[in-house]
Amino acid sequence: MEEKYFGHSVERKEGRGKVTGRAQYVDDLAFPDMIHGVTVRSSIARGRILGIRYGEGIPWNEFAIVTAKDIPGTNEISLILHDQPCLASEFINHPEEPVVLLAHPDKYLLEEARRAVHIDIEPLPAVFTIEDSLAKRTIIWGEDNVLKAYHVDKGDVDGAWATADVIVEGEYRTGAQEQLYIENQGMIAVANPADGVTVWGSLQCPYYVHKALVPIFGLPAEKIRVIQAETGGGFGGKEEYPSMIAAHAALLAWKSGKRVKIVYDRAEDMVATTKRHPSRTRHRTGVTRDGKLVAMDIDLVIDGGAYATLSAVVLSRATIHSAGPYVCPNVRIRSQAVATNAPPHGAFRGFGAPQSIFAVERHLDQVARAVNLAPEELRRRNFLHRDQTTATGQIIHEDVNFDGLLDRAFKESDYHAKRERFAKENPGATVKRGIGFSTFMHGAGFTGSGEVYLASVVELEATAEGCVRVLAASTEIGQGANTIFSQIAADALGISYDRIEVAQPDTGAVPNSGPTVASRTSMVVGNLVEKAALDLKKTLVESGLLCDACTEDEFVRACKRYIETRGPLRTRSQYEPPPGLHWDDTTYSGDAYGTYAWAVYVAEVAVDTLTYEARVTDFIAVQEIGKVIHPVLAAGQIEGGVAQAIGMALYENVAWREGRMANGQMTNYIMPTAADIPPIRVFFEEQPYPFGPHGAKGIGELPMDGPAPSILNAIENATGVCLREIPATPEVLMEAMAGKAGALV
Amino acid sequence: MRAYIPAYDLRVPGSLSEALALIGREPGVWQPFAGGTDLMVLLEAGKLPHKKFLSLTKLADFRGIECTADAVLLGALTTYTEIQAHPILQAEFPLLCTAARETGSIATQNRGTLGGNVVNASPAADSPPALLVYDADVELVSERGLRWLPYHGFHTGYKKMQIAPNELLRAIRLPRRAQQWKQYYRKVGTRKAQAISKVCFAGAARMENGTVRDIRVALGSVAPIVLRAVKTEAAIRGNRITPDNIAAAKGVLAREIAPIDDIRSTARYRLRVAQNLLQEFLMLLSR
Repeated sequence: MEEKYFGHSVERKEGRGKVTGRAQYVDDLAFPDMIHGVTVRSSIARGRILGIRYGEGIPWNEFAIVTAKDIPGTNEISLILHDQPCLASEFINHPEEPVVLLAHPDKYLLEEARRAVHIDIEPLPAVFTIEDSLAKRTIIWGEDNVLKAYHVDKGDVDGAWATADVIVEGEYRTGAQEQLYIENQGMIAVANPADGVTVWGSLQCPYYVHKALVPIFGLPAEKIRVIQAETGGGFGGKEEYPSMIAAHAALLAWKSGKRVKIVYDRAEDMVATTKRHPSRTRHRTGVTRDGKLVAMDIDLVIDGGAYATLSAVVLSRATIHSAGPYVCPNVRIRSQAVATNAPPHGAFRGFGAPQSIFAVERHLDQVARAVNLAPEELRRRNFLHRDQTTATGQIIHEDVNFDGLLDRAFKESDYHAKRERFAKENPGATVKRGIGFSTFMHGAGFTGSGEVYLASVVELEATAEGCVRVLAASTEIGQGANTIFSQIAADALGISYDRIEVAQPDTGAVPNSGPTVASRTSMVVGNLVEKAALDLKKTLVESGLLCDACTEDEFVRACKRYIETRGPLRTRSQYEPPPGLHWDDTTYSGDAYGTYAWAVYVAEVAVDTLTYEARVTDFIAVQEIGKVIHPVLAAGQIEGGVAQAIGMALYENVAWREGRMANGQMTNYIMPTAADIPPIRVFFEEQPYPFGPHGAKGIGELPMDGPAPSILNAIENATGVCLREIPATPEVLMEAMAGKAGALV
Repeated sequence: MRAYIPAYDLRVPGSLSEALALIGREPGVWQPFAGGTDLMVLLEAGKLPHKKFLSLTKLADFRGIECTADAVLLGALTTYTEIQAHPILQAEFPLLCTAARETGSIATQNRGTLGGNVVNASPAADSPPALLVYDADVELVSERGLRWLPYHGFHTGYKKMQIAPNELLRAIRLPRRAQQWKQYYRKVGTRKAQAISKVCFAGAARMENGTVRDIRVALGSVAPIVLRAVKTEAAIRGNRITPDNIAAAKGVLAREIAPIDDIRSTARYRLRVAQNLLQEFLMLLSR
């Protein structure tokens, strides 16, 4: 097939609309009878609701007021488990728990009313840290505070310690992080018993919202419709939480009989919606004197917050990535997601992997030091290659050339020369420079049997004018999904890019192509688009209306004739797993992912010893991602992910006060600005993956994984200080440097 | 927007006499509203308790930068953008220009005013340390007339100032004596732009044959007010810059400031960094 569009940086499908302001985000949508809704939340972390009082001075009879009693169906946000209520009815489990919903035409009066609702709560003991949750003195979830646990066993770790010359231990921690998409979350709903429920909103996964609304209203599935409005970023933050807002807007609409819009402001979005799971990882690693890994014992815990939500799957990805891209004959991983009385933590680009990769990549630098090897040399002696097995026992059937990626990253960053120069210049310098790296992978698509279970479907439909529409539930959230689908379909059909349209995701009109998550859209759904497109062309060829090597005019005529004579021209493709993939959920072993992206990232830092501020001054990202579909979008994914990960590594610190985010403003939650981000130099190695479109693999989450350990490895190179937690804020760095230099004044 | 807008009132007097008459008649009722860059943030968050405001936007007397032979007079409504662009301020008062450049965003710099920064009285404000180091005076106006006060001492406690409810801050005067002084300013806010100071340090000194003849040091975000560190200054004044003297001065500074833990930083960090910046400033003097 000719690659006329694949591999080229064509204009984004929705780019002009966004740049000119024509794009309609949920807060741009208005309907004549629409009123506004707000959420009244708990004020404390855990307790029992005694009563709700509505203060004086508010014309309450003008308001639609919804509590748990008004829910027509089941009071739950259905996801993996059903533990999270849509509105708290008796027990409060986190400080932002929704209790009462209000709607009114006047937005300002609505805020006054929100302040006038008083929820009386009898406090109960609460749990705020991983340690307190594990201690099980106070049980806040289930029987033991454990939302999910996994065991991975490869070889015999206990038997292997004797063969190790050196054993290295370390504990590593990562903090919560806000997604900070540009557009805050929001929904509009219309809902009544006759027509059912329709919502428009900012979201990643239309069918997740659909699934959640069905039990809440107790309606048949076809009476629920979810439509994605233009969406200004997601990063995982709009994977699950939109179900909550959709349910709230729909309940207010149901009660009031009017359309209801709920749009969060930044403060509410920051404090109430999900964040990245905080984590604690302990490594115990046995290594021979010549640097061969013989045993890895990993104990990983993530903080899930008050409800189970997606913690089980976040933990799964964290677990599988926790041993890194290395061959070790004996690996034991014990992982748990535990409950605390904070708002539930959720999906965020990387989905657990950035946490566990931070730990292993920081730890391997310590292991290298312990056996007197350069960090790259230790890794070279243990890199995973073709036909070798990962921690879950997955045999790698593709060529993995980490040595080549490392060589290229070191060449582009001038790693060795800089390391030498910094060692010479740092003594006596106020600003100390360092360089560090990490080597890592990211599994593309859903874990284990996830894709088989999803069984995603894509449809293509031709019009009589010879245009082709892609029907999928995969959402354009700024990453370029519509552009990529169009490139793939245009090449498969042999027609121009402009003839491809991507339908607005609407559960009433598009099949379920799965959620827009897990670096799966290009690779998995893109492949389905290609299959459906090839099938559409084949249908025309087999019906005798088209020859294989046709012109665009011939294609247009063939579509017209087909539709006139035979009716709608529509094709459908459904996911089929690549042959030979096996995953065992009970032993947590086998082929965790169909494939992985492989990468080496190098960070250069400057650490000011007067202010303890570390800045990233240069960044090199080398990765093998199969084939690049759109060079500008692909580089943009890497640059954006690296920038977001620099925030995670050095700046973004959630100030927790009894389960509540105290710095829910962009003035006090320090996200880096453009001025804080270094040049990010992106390099792709291409090796086609046979089961992705034209050989493409997933890319979206990969760049979140490698920067934090690279940066902290670089800080250690600059200062000699071994930091084991992120964010490495100046306060953290000061305490560590002061500890090294002696007590503070 | 979380504020209940109908509860708020904003008057826009067309002249100074009208403005002064209003606050003379109802002292304390009408709070001045200049650029609004602090007030509007609170309003948006529904956290602006005061409801009645007096816009200064039409008061021409409060605008402009005027230079005489021995002083520069800045109207209270002078914006950060105007400060940065002014050639005499650039040449003689670089610390004020740097403070203006490092305050907020471009939008904030276009609207935010020097007078507003002073009377908003945030201990984390970026321009007051520079004003203290330049030995500024402030001019207050009421129906009874004008009075000048030294800026040092104007802030008496957290959000407390020597300004009566019937007075407005009209201008800030900087004596043109700083030219021969060595000057230093550093804002530490973790990110390079749009940051609120964790520590802000301004210093100026006049050197003579390796001895510190005169010195002024001021810091933000380390006390309930932006602080002139007079005890630290006294410890250095008349001395040469030696490692022992630097260590002694850092010790005095530690006892003079009172940093706290809050959501932005820690007391330990602020103390240590304040000392380090003092050291950097003193090292600059010795060069």
